[in-house]
Amino acid sequence: MPEIAINRDWCKGCYICVNVCPRHVLEIDQESFDHGFHPVVVARPEDCTVCRQCELLCPDLAISVSGEEAGGAPAGESHAEPPAPAPRPLPQGWATVPSPLPAGRYFLQGDEACAEGAIAAGCNYYAGYPITPASEIMERICARFAALPGKHVFVQMEDEIASIASCIGAAWAGAKAMTATSGPGISLMLENLGYAIITETPMVIVDVQRAGPSTGQATRPGQGDFMQVRWGAHGDYELIVLSPWSVAEMYTETIRAFNLAERFRVPVILLADEGVGHLRENLTIPPEVRVFNRIGPSDREPPFGGRPVPPMPVFGEGHRLLVTGSTHDEWGYRRTSSAKVQAELTARLCTKITDSLDEIVESETYLCDDDHLDLLLVSFGFTARSALGAARMAREVGYRVGLFRPRTVWPFPAEALRVVAAKSARVLVAEMNRGQMLREVQRVVPDARGFGKTDGEVIAPDEIWDAAKECLR
Amino acid sequence: MTAKTATTASIQKFIRPEVFPSTMCPGCGHGILMGAILRAVDELGLDVRRMLFVSGIGCAGWIPSPHFAADTLHTTHGRPVAFATGAALFNPDLNVVVIGGDGDIAAIGGNHLIHAARRNLDMTVICANNQIYGMTGGQVTPTTDIGTITATTPQGNEEPPFDLCKLVEGAGASFVARYSVYHIRPLIRTLKEALQHKGFAFVEVLSPCPTQWGRRNQFADPVALLERYKTLCVPKDRAEKMSPEELAGKVVVGRFR
Repeated sequence: MPEIAINRDWCKGCYICVNVCPRHVLEIDQESFDHGFHPVVVARPEDCTVCRQCELLCPDLAISVSGEEAGGAPAGESHAEPPAPAPRPLPQGWATVPSPLPAGRYFLQGDEACAEGAIAAGCNYYAGYPITPASEIMERICARFAALPGKHVFVQMEDEIASIASCIGAAWAGAKAMTATSGPGISLMLENLGYAIITETPMVIVDVQRAGPSTGQATRPGQGDFMQVRWGAHGDYELIVLSPWSVAEMYTETIRAFNLAERFRVPVILLADEGVGHLRENLTIPPEVRVFNRIGPSDREPPFGGRPVPPMPVFGEGHRLLVTGSTHDEWGYRRTSSAKVQAELTARLCTKITDSLDEIVESETYLCDDDHLDLLLVSFGFTARSALGAARMAREVGYRVGLFRPRTVWPFPAEALRVVAAKSARVLVAEMNRGQMLREVQRVVPDARGFGKTDGEVIAPDEIWDAAKECLR
Repeated sequence: MTAKTATTASIQKFIRPEVFPSTMCPGCGHGILMGAILRAVDELGLDVRRMLFVSGIGCAGWIPSPHFAADTLHTTHGRPVAFATGAALFNPDLNVVVIGGDGDIAAIGGNHLIHAARRNLDMTVICANNQIYGMTGGQVTPTTDIGTITATTPQGNEEPPFDLCKLVEGAGASFVARYSVYHIRPLIRTLKEALQHKGFAFVEVLSPCPTQWGRRNQFADPVALLERYKTLCVPKDRAEKMSPEELAGKVVVGRFR
């Protein structure tokens, strides 16, 4: 006689089983009350023909029928579990690898150097959508991937939302993934940027800033995304944003972006601008590249906790991963009403970055060797080139003017700035926006002044020198 | 391998028992679909450790996550097909399955759906179509029929719905089928074909929502709502012999491509 087992703990009392049984084997027990409803009972097991309608249509996997099926097909038996998929034989941690581009001097555009930096760092998945002034990165990647040995996947997606989404999917399949865009694309990517942060997905996003807001001036430079890339996704988090000021740094900072992404399991944004992206100048490619490859789990290690930066497993290797953008515990189970898990997760997402600032935050000073400065200029990206020019102009007429340039703009190098600003009488922030970095500088130097320009043109050295003269007066 | 019927007992190895009973409402069709997918996987003898289940936001997004003891990627609303694209392209050995609702797949994610179909990406997309936003309180979706009462169409829906199968077929999908969860054996057979299909496979699964759809439309009883598909659905072979008048108000089920 067939055996029909009902899992009382999983049943919710929808009674579909009772009604779909053609032989009326199951009944509702009106006499008793359990789990909030009248339970289903097996009234006439002898009439069961093992048609399995009740079992197949139970929404709760709460019915199990054992016995020979009516059609004579053998009842289901478990397949033997096949051997576990082989773990990936990838290198982990720091490694020195030969440069994919032969060593030597090159004359490249900033966007092209960014693509080469990505390839040097091990980028093997790129998804993007055309946008000025970042498209050259995608075009260079597309051409170079086709000629590189090994697995390199390029795909032009239907929009920027899909671009970052597919990068995250690829990253969990083991890829070092990148996408590049400009302001409008960054705006579209912000929701999935938050997803990458909460799922601790390493990837690189390049923002070649242009003049905004909205479509603005597509071919003109701007630095108006400074705050958006830091605060644009909702919720509380930390992420890393780097700012290159030259073609050479479009190469080296892209490599650093990948290494930091892999090291800290966090999306890293390369905050470039049209000025640097479309600049052409020399850069020297060294014969070797230092790269960091993400750490995989050694054994049964939780992928979302246990360490400040947990090891990152890969799909398809038997880890049975639960990856979710909802608040989750260390194994990935959704914990959407636990105050404790929410507090711990958001805290760790921040402290894994803020506890390692010495590994992340980099800044440079120029012409700051004097014991006392008349004026400290603070500037990032392309504008910092002009600020350095302005400092030199000031020095020619006897003013002691230096430049502080954050290469990591987020987290902002507040401590390094504090040290150099302490010896300067005044601080002036120059940027192609209306005072976004100024606010961050004023958290360190409250009376810092700003020179912001938003006319879609780069700021020239003499413009900053003119503004500096106002401060020095 | 002998043909066999997967049983509730035989698919236990594919689930995380600690998360059951599921969060779905009593009589939710998504639970039937959950079982159907796992039975198809079992009957094919697939190794779930080489499968990736990608889902978005909504009730259907919870079918694989956290219930399936496999790799799962529970993404942002509307984007599971785009996330799946990256994983499928980077690791073609993964058997990638996207599971989403009609809001996720056809509304906010409609663009990703048609582009994945156009690319004929090697993945299976299962759209659990209950014609309602269940999790957010029963609002109208792009697949809600004209006349249906929802939280945002209290006088009845006036907008015509998508025919998702025609949409993805027109976009270039190489496998297109539709069944309801009531057609459980043809559904499992179709899911098995889809999972083995090389290229973009789309399976629309009509799934009853007693809580948000049924209670507003005189079908609060899960049994009546499920059995509604018996008269609502017409198999493709029979539909081909019927006049447009006879087919009015019916839903054609079967394999279309």
